[in-house]
Amino acid sequence: MDKFVLSVLVENKFGVLARIAGLFSARGYNIDSLAVGETEDPNFSRMTIVVESDERILEQIKKQLNKLIDVIRVQDLTGGEYVSRELILIKVKATNAKTREQLVKIVDSTGAEIVDAGKKFVTIEESGDEHQINALIELLRPYGITEITRTGKIALQAD
Amino acid sequence: MAKITGAEIMVKSLHEEGVRHIFGYPGGVLLPLCDRLFDEKEIKFHLTRHEQGAVHAADGYARATGEVGVCVATSGPGATNLVTGIATAYMDSIPIVAITGQVKCTLIGNDAFQEADMVGITRPITKHNYLVKDVKELARTVKEAFHIARSGRPGPVLIDLPVDVQMNGAEFKYPRTVSLKGYKPTYEGHPGQIKRIAQALEKSKRPVIYAGGGIILSGAEKELTKLARKTDIPVTTTMMGLGAFPEDDKLSLGMLGMHGTAYANHAIQDSDMIIAVGARFDDRVTGRLDAFAPNALVVHIDIDPSSVSKNVHVDIPVIGDARKILRELNKSVKKGDYTQWHRMINKWKKELPLRYKDGKTIKPQYVVEQIYQLTKDEDVIITTEVGQNQMWAAQFFTYTKPRTWISSGGLGTMGYGFPAAIGAQIGKPGSIVIDIAGDGSIQMNIQELATAVCEKIPVKVVILNNGYLGMVRQWQELFYDKRYAFTPLDAGKCTMCPDFVKLAESFGATGMRITRKEEVVPALKKMLKTKGPVMLDVLIDKEENVFPMVPAGEAINNMLHGLA
Repeated sequence: MDKFVLSVLVENKFGVLARIAGLFSARGYNIDSLAVGETEDPNFSRMTIVVESDERILEQIKKQLNKLIDVIRVQDLTGGEYVSRELILIKVKATNAKTREQLVKIVDSTGAEIVDAGKKFVTIEESGDEHQINALIELLRPYGITEITRTGKIALQAD
Repeated sequence: MAKITGAEIMVKSLHEEGVRHIFGYPGGVLLPLCDRLFDEKEIKFHLTRHEQGAVHAADGYARATGEVGVCVATSGPGATNLVTGIATAYMDSIPIVAITGQVKCTLIGNDAFQEADMVGITRPITKHNYLVKDVKELARTVKEAFHIARSGRPGPVLIDLPVDVQMNGAEFKYPRTVSLKGYKPTYEGHPGQIKRIAQALEKSKRPVIYAGGGIILSGAEKELTKLARKTDIPVTTTMMGLGAFPEDDKLSLGMLGMHGTAYANHAIQDSDMIIAVGARFDDRVTGRLDAFAPNALVVHIDIDPSSVSKNVHVDIPVIGDARKILRELNKSVKKGDYTQWHRMINKWKKELPLRYKDGKTIKPQYVVEQIYQLTKDEDVIITTEVGQNQMWAAQFFTYTKPRTWISSGGLGTMGYGFPAAIGAQIGKPGSIVIDIAGDGSIQMNIQELATAVCEKIPVKVVILNNGYLGMVRQWQELFYDKRYAFTPLDAGKCTMCPDFVKLAESFGATGMRITRKEEVVPALKKMLKTKGPVMLDVLIDKEENVFPMVPAGEAINNMLHGLA
């Protein structure tokens, strides 16, 4: 099983997300992540779907997506050059000054940002590719991560 | 331009689409539309007795005529009663438009009385569906719905129509064209791929054409027959493809698959090249996939790219319309020398024909054969229920024309055949329409007798009555040690439950029953002569089985033959 990144251009109508998600669930395909938002044209949305699959099932997924009336184009970005980003928010325990100092250093060296600092926790934001984000998580893990939320990957084909 | 109501827009749109028949059932939130249809001259409303009857009738109408079938139901329970019929049409790629009433827009999502999320419920079983929340969108929606239903790989489309949208006003302007960015079916086959088929064929010694329902949907039967005769290649059809190729032709192998002919299954397994057209390699056809036609180069012609290489690896795919592609292919193919191959096939045909052991009891196969003998010179349409009745009807009637076999293939829907026969008869009033039924299936939509009687729809129902859910009983006999769990329908005190003759009569139809073999032909003749709907209850051999049979999970040349 490999991970594949699909970029799917769809009509920006209600129910389209349910149609796509329903296609995956009805056929037993697993979605790793799915991120969706409006494009440069408000009539269309772009979905970035990461799926874990083999080549044969991926072929079916692409064909089934293309079959949906609201789907305009399906691009498989996996093989080619593409840029991808994901946004993550990580809440880390930070009860003393020393920890906070260390966290600031980590944030400065990785290009992340502290977006909220409370008495017990700080919340750190990072956007980057999967590798960067995973690296940050590992750096922060020893301090005690209490919550993580991530947007899922968004991707565009490189020029 | 003056404003008219949504109900009026719907009816005018249906006029634009050439709709002449609607099958349906009224209800509270459908009242504006029903009220408008009450005065309608060009569209006839056929009141069924159950919404499931309406959708199957629309489906039968579509299969018999090639037009889009239309059904309507109210919201909630009315709409959910359509679900089985919509799924049936979806599995067999039948163009229908289902219109459901919906609670008013402000109540949607509030668990209102008789509310159901029909767009959500039917999402996986429709080609596309709509919830119309603005009356200004209605005409465009109907235009798109019919376009989607009938083009490309056909299928059912649902329009969910809130009651207030039916009452709101808008100007009526029916769009001339449809613009759907994400929907552009491919019709023309790739010339290079078509050329590759012709080239591959030159090397083949044992080719077989495997034709499916797609031939009938695209109207490609003439092109298919031409291909077979020009090249001298034998043709087997799927159950959905019955009638796509004349079964009285010497090149016909009949149906293949689980209950297909032994010679079709052997031919497929031994072939070195399969030309699949408008067929989808259903598991009832392929049997065990890894053992399916091990030495064959597989060509697949289909309008739906997602059907290609879904189950069986395809060597030469051609996406497009079967009729157009076969027409092109016919230009470049030549007659092959398949003498050896035909010799082998003829040997199988001789050694392993479709047969049954005749006796004193009424054999269902004999009944089907006699129906064929008595109607072969007429325009006849056979519909079926699902189970043994369906398989005997597929095996022992000789189909020579498309749209004369109407049966639920993909979903295998019991209760389909009778309402489908009503729809088919309405679409083809000049044809003799016979539903070959089982005693189990017919009970699933038997209330439609009222529809047939009231509307004077002269469908004939032949019940092959064995007192069992026969096909399930057959599986229990063969694979469950004859433990007939919940399959005897005449168990306990009632010996014949219900009395189909009295039941037919109570609806005002003609009921007949026969118990002896010599009664079969006279009874069928009488049935065919009798005006109006007839229900003929035929008490057949109770434990007759359908053979050949490929046990589930076996290779398709590994058949049980049943006869010594």
